[in-house]
Amino acid sequence: MTHPTPPPIPTPTPTGAPGTAGPTTATPAPMPGDTDAPTAGAQHTGAPATSFGNSHAPAQPTTRVFVPRDSAARSVGADEVAERLAALHDTSAVVRTGSRGMLWLEPLVEVETGEGRVGYGPVAAEDVDGLIAGGMIEGAVVGPYLGLVDELPWMKRQQRLTFQRVGVVDPLSTTDYLAHGGLTGLRAALAMDPAEVVETVVDSGLRGRGGAGFPTGIKWRTVLNADADLKFVCCNADEGDSGTYADRMLIEGDPFTLIEGMTIAAYAVGAAEGYVYLRSEYPDAVATLKAAIELARAAGWLGPDILGSGFGFDLHVRVGAGAYICGEETSMLESLEGKRGMVRAKPPIPALEGLFGRPTVVNNVLSLATIPTILANGAAAYAAYGTGRSLGTSVFQLGGNVARGGIVETAFGITLGELVNDFGGGTSSGRPVRAVQVGGPLGAYLPVEQFDLPMDYEAFAAAGAMVGHGGIVVFDETVDMAAMARFAFEFCAAESCGKCTPCRVGAVRGVETIDRILTSTAGTDRAQNLVLLEDLCELMTDGSLCAMGGLTPMPVRSAVRHFGEDFQA
Amino acid sequence: MTSEVVAAAPVPVPGRAQRVREIAEELRGLRGALIPILHAVQEEFGYVDPPDVAVIADVLNLAVAEVHGVVTFYKDFRRTAAGRTTVAICQAEACRAVGAVELAEHAKRTVGCDFGETTYDGRITLEEIYCFGNCALGPTVQVGSKLHGRVTPTRLNTLLGESR
Repeated sequence: MTHPTPPPIPTPTPTGAPGTAGPTTATPAPMPGDTDAPTAGAQHTGAPATSFGNSHAPAQPTTRVFVPRDSAARSVGADEVAERLAALHDTSAVVRTGSRGMLWLEPLVEVETGEGRVGYGPVAAEDVDGLIAGGMIEGAVVGPYLGLVDELPWMKRQQRLTFQRVGVVDPLSTTDYLAHGGLTGLRAALAMDPAEVVETVVDSGLRGRGGAGFPTGIKWRTVLNADADLKFVCCNADEGDSGTYADRMLIEGDPFTLIEGMTIAAYAVGAAEGYVYLRSEYPDAVATLKAAIELARAAGWLGPDILGSGFGFDLHVRVGAGAYICGEETSMLESLEGKRGMVRAKPPIPALEGLFGRPTVVNNVLSLATIPTILANGAAAYAAYGTGRSLGTSVFQLGGNVARGGIVETAFGITLGELVNDFGGGTSSGRPVRAVQVGGPLGAYLPVEQFDLPMDYEAFAAAGAMVGHGGIVVFDETVDMAAMARFAFEFCAAESCGKCTPCRVGAVRGVETIDRILTSTAGTDRAQNLVLLEDLCELMTDGSLCAMGGLTPMPVRSAVRHFGEDFQA
Repeated sequence: MTSEVVAAAPVPVPGRAQRVREIAEELRGLRGALIPILHAVQEEFGYVDPPDVAVIADVLNLAVAEVHGVVTFYKDFRRTAAGRTTVAICQAEACRAVGAVELAEHAKRTVGCDFGETTYDGRITLEEIYCFGNCALGPTVQVGSKLHGRVTPTRLNTLLGESR
């Protein structure tokens, strides 16, 4: 690996994100009045609320230490680190946050100092004793010392709007949420007419983060103008694509933002009920969101009279049951209705006839979670970011064989190469990058030669690819692209809902055709099967009922186009 | 790959039908109640038994075939009990990029069963999962309810040993 972890930066100048990011990334200075915050957090994060277990007099507030409770951080030992810290330091001063998104540094421990939060990572449970003895609680340069977290180059280069609080706050502390700008967007919305809220979202240029990139405000306008006694807001949190984990991280790290965004959506379109369809593969996110909804109800942020405005809205979580297709919006609606997750033909569009036949807003987690910042700072401030028709910021997710995997939120227009090489630091195996898949299992495989592509919906479409939800999966030179193309068909065959023939049968035929290409010995036979494969891809693209069958050809065709040598026998 | 789980025949639970009816009646008021009811039944009993289907259909006033169709559509719902520990290995692209396929082969050889199957002694059920959202720290394996990142074959051996 040619990119070492960023060196510590000695002179601290705490800054927020550039532009209009708001106050939330500013380093919170330790205040005497803060003492209630960690206690509140400790109650919700499962630590015993009564254990102020040290013998020190409470006159001197204990230094707060932050350890992520994000499931990615927990998968590499964050719980054990937090336990050890609580045992040696002070249970009530250990705050469990979301992850900052620098996943290669997890578990990342942060300590509050006069200059801001100082980071150490990765930290193993067995390192904790030594680090504390070396002065970690005082912010000393010891062990995997990183310096001020907000000053790390990886963080400073980003523009965090949607993710501004993730990794910073205790996800289940209403106090923390308010202290970091929470509810500003909802309050601004409630002071406007619903139609004004919709127009603000239209003007912001926000497009659906689920994949298709449809303008969110236009969708809302359709629902607002539909006449019905009951309307719904549904959050599609079943984005089960490999390489997409921003939804999970946002829900685990800042669930109130999603709740606030859905409440604004409900107010804007006149909906009374909302559902979050959350995949069962994310049990921590399910637990966090359910807890957050309870807290929001208790605080009057949900319910019959939100913030005393007279507007009523309530929100429920529904857990999926392991069907990839339910990430498609009409399948999701069928599943919410208690049926098999089979795709519906459109029209009618869900905005007019959605859940239980009522007008329904269906948005992705990131789209809804971006709404509060748009309302808080105004449409123009959001639209000032980005390029062309891709306005605002996007949450890119680096995964797979990558040295520095994690969350990068920047304005659209950053190039693929900057994300993979500058942020990602190339592969974790140290071998050259060969391919990246952008936008999930149905996204294109792109070669290094296309690394100058800007992250922009139109530029990607022109290159036969898609930005989708911004997930980027990196593969090194050992990848067999014919195997990946075959896997795309295999996955489609397993996960197809079965309603339309191009997807149900086409995917099975696709696997067979690739097998024939790879086993054929005579060149003509291979060539004929490649023609057949192309024909099949065209038919699936044009003839499938939804994006599952319609987009499966994208990874296949891109693999043949850019990595044709792998399709030789 | 989707062969039936190899496990001992489920022992009939006394009063199970009554309890399933209670669960269904408690949740029937929810919008789209069927899937929450199935989750609740599986949470309590570990699987959805075919006789449960008729009870749930009765409470919701649905055809048995309709409920059966839902149970069989979703991968989460089991129709027989799983082993004592479920080991789920992510097989999606990001984990594949860092050796998830080889890890799965190693797991199958080690425990002696395929994905979707349970070991002869009922100790481990092996499952393939498509994405836990841990794509930057793969390969990812879930043992019971605990997620593990960056799992090597050696580490997997340790995890399998602990679940014994």
